[in-house]
Amino acid sequence: MARNWPVVLLCAALLVGLALPLATGASPPGFYVEVLLGGLMTGVLYSLVAMGFALIFKASGVFNFAQGAMVLFAALAVARLAERMPLWAAILLGIVVMIALAFVIERVVLRPLVNQEGIALFMATLGVTFFLDGFGQTVWGSDIYKIDLGIAKEPVMVLQGLFQGGILINKEDVAAALVAVALVAVLALFFQKTATGRALRAVADDHQAAQSIGIPLNRMWVIVWSVAGIVALVAGVIWGSRLGVQFSVSLVALKALPVVILGGLTSVTGAIVGGLIIGVGEKMAEVFLGPVLVKTFDLAGGGIENWFAYVLALLFLLVRPQGLFGEKHIDRV
Amino acid sequence: MFYRENGQFKSSYAADQQLLPILQDRVFMFALVAFAFVVVPLVVSDYVFLSLLIPFLILALAAIGLNLVVGYCGQISIGHAAFMAVGAYAAYNLVLRIPQLNFLIVLVLAGLVAAAVGMLFGIPSLRIKGLYLAVATLGAQFFMDWLFARVKWFTNYAHSGSVQTAPVELFGWSIDSPQEKYVFLLAVLILFTVIARNLVRGHIGRAWMAMRDMDVAAEVIGIRPVYAKLSAFAVSSFFVGVAGALWGFVHLGSWEPAAFNLTLSLNLLFMIIIGGMGSILGSFFGAAFIVVLPIVLNQLPQFLGIPMSTAMISHLEFMIFGALIVFFLIVEPHGLARLWAIGKEKLRLWPFPH
Repeated sequence: MARNWPVVLLCAALLVGLALPLATGASPPGFYVEVLLGGLMTGVLYSLVAMGFALIFKASGVFNFAQGAMVLFAALAVARLAERMPLWAAILLGIVVMIALAFVIERVVLRPLVNQEGIALFMATLGVTFFLDGFGQTVWGSDIYKIDLGIAKEPVMVLQGLFQGGILINKEDVAAALVAVALVAVLALFFQKTATGRALRAVADDHQAAQSIGIPLNRMWVIVWSVAGIVALVAGVIWGSRLGVQFSVSLVALKALPVVILGGLTSVTGAIVGGLIIGVGEKMAEVFLGPVLVKTFDLAGGGIENWFAYVLALLFLLVRPQGLFGEKHIDRV
Repeated sequence: MFYRENGQFKSSYAADQQLLPILQDRVFMFALVAFAFVVVPLVVSDYVFLSLLIPFLILALAAIGLNLVVGYCGQISIGHAAFMAVGAYAAYNLVLRIPQLNFLIVLVLAGLVAAAVGMLFGIPSLRIKGLYLAVATLGAQFFMDWLFARVKWFTNYAHSGSVQTAPVELFGWSIDSPQEKYVFLLAVLILFTVIARNLVRGHIGRAWMAMRDMDVAAEVIGIRPVYAKLSAFAVSSFFVGVAGALWGFVHLGSWEPAAFNLTLSLNLLFMIIIGGMGSILGSFFGAAFIVVLPIVLNQLPQFLGIPMSTAMISHLEFMIFGALIVFFLIVEPHGLARLWAIGKEKLRLWPFPH
């Protein structure tokens, strides 16, 4: 406890910051809860992208910068395929495409680079990012596309009794959150209960030991990249239905980087919690801190959510380098 | 046959430690510099200056800067365009607010400001490393993008958020024609190249490389990580800041914050991956490659008679960049500079390799 005081201090400061708008009466409680929920929704999407990162990092030690590009690629694929076939078929076909992509990446990029340092692998995924961005837009086109999930978009008023004026909730957002929760549950089952999941956890623990007891490393990598691809597809579809599928999706998906840093690189739980923290944090900062900053420093507009996530992650890194749920790293010569 | 060091004896420490120990290298280098200073301004067209040579010279300087921190010190940064922006805006404000200042002093001061900011964002590197640092520097990128777009003071309350600069003047010499810009940039680049070469072979560069190869072991043999890492960030940001100021003042003339966005950062990183990490020469190769490739790609379809839309070409450019990076990481992790070194090695033995 004594050694954790900077972490405690930071968390306390964040909580105070979170409560401040409400406590000072700067915002009506109904609006406050709406912002909070909006932040949580964005957070769910960050969590989904971040989960893909964490899965791949755990199983293959690759810091996958391309996860955002995979989200864009999957979303583009589904959006364009859905123009020719029903949505469910497009999603199924999209999953097939992502699995094929995992095969290709394992064969062409990962296998030749096996046993290289983390930085080389990271840079290779930078290359994959660029290739996927270009390839996706060549194959699927580069306009803005829509994915229609068939859920009504108009907001519903809830809890009118509790708050004055009620709270506006988007049905689609609720559906997205449910899908995310279901996905996490399925993944948890997959990792805990199936033989493949057990093998994946073994690989994550120790590559060499896993290989020595006969777990095929290459196949495990294909599987984990496929799973990450499917997670990317889910994130891409939800995102695409909310904001439209366009190039900027792959930039927003970069926010998943501070999320995994905050949560701890190897932890799926960390990715989820981190995503929610960042989602809420940046939405709160944008809505409540932004105008204050604009007024005090006479800025040309807010937009602090562009960097807030990174600064938050950096602060956490300074007090707790391994992230919230990460394993402590000890260096030996 | 011609490229041999046989018979070149070194009889003093100075001779042993010079930058180009082989006579042929020295002759080649002086000839190259003379060619670049004298012949090129006479024969090359304005188009080549503006779209090829001037961007190449500035980006080479930035790539050297990035190479110092990534290639030599092993601290990965994907936010170096932010430090270019710091340099550019620092220079802009210095020129704006202290007009009588000599541009060379402005450059140095802009570099120092960038170095200070670089050190600030380098502080996390003391506690974290590798991939974590990548995210920290990415944060620097987004924060600086935001800062220069939103804080009006930096852009002198310009409505559009973009800033304009007058042509650079140096001791009464107005640098406005492409030829003059080229000669000025070439002189700056050569100066900084010599500085960088000398830094990386001195004790500072050795400390950086020790940090890169194994930080814990470096600490054990008495290299202070705080000093090594922060000095790498400072020097690197200084180079990049100067490059940013030149990019804004000499190349662009007027720019908005988006001129120094994430794409530029990634391009800088690609330059040193393709050119060669941990090699000053590689920075030149990489910069040349990144400047030339888009132009070739734009011309090639026309040349071959294949009609292609500009969007298609830009997507193709992305794909080729991506594929090349993976290719280089797999086939030749030390980049074009390594190929050059292999070629030189072969040439020494030619024509009797046995």
